[in-house]
Amino acid sequence: MKDAFGIPQSLLVLGGTSEIALATARRLIARRTRTVWLAGRASPALDTAAEQLRTQGADVRTVDFDALDPDSHAEVLGKVFAEGDIDMTLLAFGVLGDQAHDEADPLSAVRVAQTNYTGAVSAGLVCAAAMQTQGHGSLVVLSSVAGERARRANFIYGSSKAGLDAFAQGLGDAMHGTGVHVMVVRPGFVRTRRTAGLEETPLATTPEAVAAAVELGLRRRSETVWVPGALRVAMSLLRHLPRPVFRRLPI
Amino acid sequence: MSAEIAEPVTDDIVSVTGWGRTAPTAPARLVRPRSYEETARAVRDCGTRGGIPRGLGRAYGDAAQNAGGSVIQMTALDRVLSVDTEAGTVSCEAGTSLHRLMEVLLPLGWFVPVTPGTRHVTVGGAIGADIHGRNHHVSGSFSRHVLSLDLLTADGSVHRVVPGTPLFDATAGGMGLTGVILAATFRLHPVETSLMSVDTERATDLDDLMARLTTSDHAYHYSAAWIDLLARGSSLGRSVLTRGNHTPLAELPARARRRPLAFRPTRLPGAPSYVPEGLLRRKTAGLFNELRYRGAPRRRTGELRRVPAFFHPLDGVPHWNRLYGRGGCVRYQFAVGHGQEEALIRIVRRIVRRGCPSFLAVLKRLGAGDPGWLSFPMAGWTLALDIPTGPTGLGSFLDELDQDVAAAGGRVCLAKDSRLRPELLAAMYPRLDEFRSLRAELDPRAVFVSDLSRRLSI
Repeated sequence: MKDAFGIPQSLLVLGGTSEIALATARRLIARRTRTVWLAGRASPALDTAAEQLRTQGADVRTVDFDALDPDSHAEVLGKVFAEGDIDMTLLAFGVLGDQAHDEADPLSAVRVAQTNYTGAVSAGLVCAAAMQTQGHGSLVVLSSVAGERARRANFIYGSSKAGLDAFAQGLGDAMHGTGVHVMVVRPGFVRTRRTAGLEETPLATTPEAVAAAVELGLRRRSETVWVPGALRVAMSLLRHLPRPVFRRLPI
Repeated sequence: MSAEIAEPVTDDIVSVTGWGRTAPTAPARLVRPRSYEETARAVRDCGTRGGIPRGLGRAYGDAAQNAGGSVIQMTALDRVLSVDTEAGTVSCEAGTSLHRLMEVLLPLGWFVPVTPGTRHVTVGGAIGADIHGRNHHVSGSFSRHVLSLDLLTADGSVHRVVPGTPLFDATAGGMGLTGVILAATFRLHPVETSLMSVDTERATDLDDLMARLTTSDHAYHYSAAWIDLLARGSSLGRSVLTRGNHTPLAELPARARRRPLAFRPTRLPGAPSYVPEGLLRRKTAGLFNELRYRGAPRRRTGELRRVPAFFHPLDGVPHWNRLYGRGGCVRYQFAVGHGQEEALIRIVRRIVRRGCPSFLAVLKRLGAGDPGWLSFPMAGWTLALDIPTGPTGLGSFLDELDQDVAAAGGRVCLAKDSRLRPELLAAMYPRLDEFRSLRAELDPRAVFVSDLSRRLSI
């Protein structure tokens, strides 16, 4: 069960090798999380991640999960929930894609959309339904500021996150009053392995900062969390810029 | 009488929290039975995620909520069955509130044996949480006055449970996990008037306060001290000590003698449903504490106060818990035994150093412990404080305090708790294993489950 500060005792991570997710898991384990499920495609990276969390004293188990195979989600995730209550699910899988390459190869672009959006729709609904049955739980969805307004530089990724973000907001409304809390986290540019070598946008942040923001959001039972918080103001300005101006911005 | 039994009243599902308004969860069914048969049916039908009885929801934490299962609200079972004015006992259904009992009993010259800081608790809840009050040093906890109780257990049978049996000791303080209390009979305290004679004094620091409590507590039936936990330096632990007895009729002024047993609680407008986050923070707490300390008389004796003003000042403001905003508050209450005064002082120092914005910090000297296996009070000291959930790192800080409390052989109160780590529970409650094994025998299918029992693996 959650404690008074919203900290879960059991955590399910979808996208178990995500650096943001692991930073969040480490932070929550340091508080009181004891059981962690890492869901992802079986790989040495997933095992290493599990081993690292185990050294912190958590009971970590891995489960084979593929975002691109929605048919399997109900069964795979159903098994996890059957083992015991999950107090928090962190939906952290997603791919960045390569904008230039994906624009030339529509099938790769579809893959980005399928992973980030379609996969999240099925996994999110399965988890939300299971949490509704258990009467409690937090579903934390890692969205992105890229979904707030699509930029020329990464609109394929951005549009998939826009879909995910809208989906998660609607799901949050649907879950209101059921004991299930859906929280959308919108980080800006996060410095990770995945973004190494990419050009940073202003207000770049780190996985640890995202993890801290997630913990704060859980305590406040927030519906939306921006990381860093200043992005909330910046994005509300950008959102209202006329397109001819927005297009010319160096972001 | 109709042969058919109506369906128990089931509410639309909403999420449920304790009085601290932290960690809301939604039960699948919120049932309000109106008879013993309906209660039995509610227990039988509670499904795979079990059920838990709930009273008026004054437990701060998650003791009376059950995510995804049944919550059996007992407040419709509120009949006072009989009052024996000769022997001074009352029998009533479990959903009867102490407020209702005071309305009925005070005019007859009897008072409830133990009352906590609110009258709005049910008798079932009072036994389930084995509540204590300002008279613990002389009267012990609530269950010590219980002569018998009717308990509906997981198999659907009803047992008359009397003190001195394992089932009684597991139920008193058992947080509703042994079964549903349907009714109880307990002893009352005789009073000649409904007024209290109150002595107030200020203590300049913690040592002063503890010395005063130790030397003169026995002269009072009720005693508690409010501490300013934001005062530092030489005034660390400065406090206002309020102690009182029921006023005998002879001491009442002539005017009050016409209706010596009147019970007339006042009610102010309730707190609004939305209060901005952060209204009650360190600055407001500091100001409030300063005014409260300086506003209290240095020494005043024999002041007459009505029962609500002495015992339950906060009951005058309905929904006062909303003042903490959406994030709610954590009530931290712990007890340490005699001989552990050093630990108590150390913990108070830590709280002061940290500057927790605490409004309602109360120190009390407890009498002998009670037989309930999970009863909270132990002979020694208890400190309770309310803290809004706002400050960063508060959770870890309270975890550290738990370690200190456990190391000193103390414990935190389960009726208030919303955040204890399960690892520490067995150290704090040495008879936990007995409780677990009795529960396993009595309720093998784990029919009675709460968020508290899930969180702490009770």
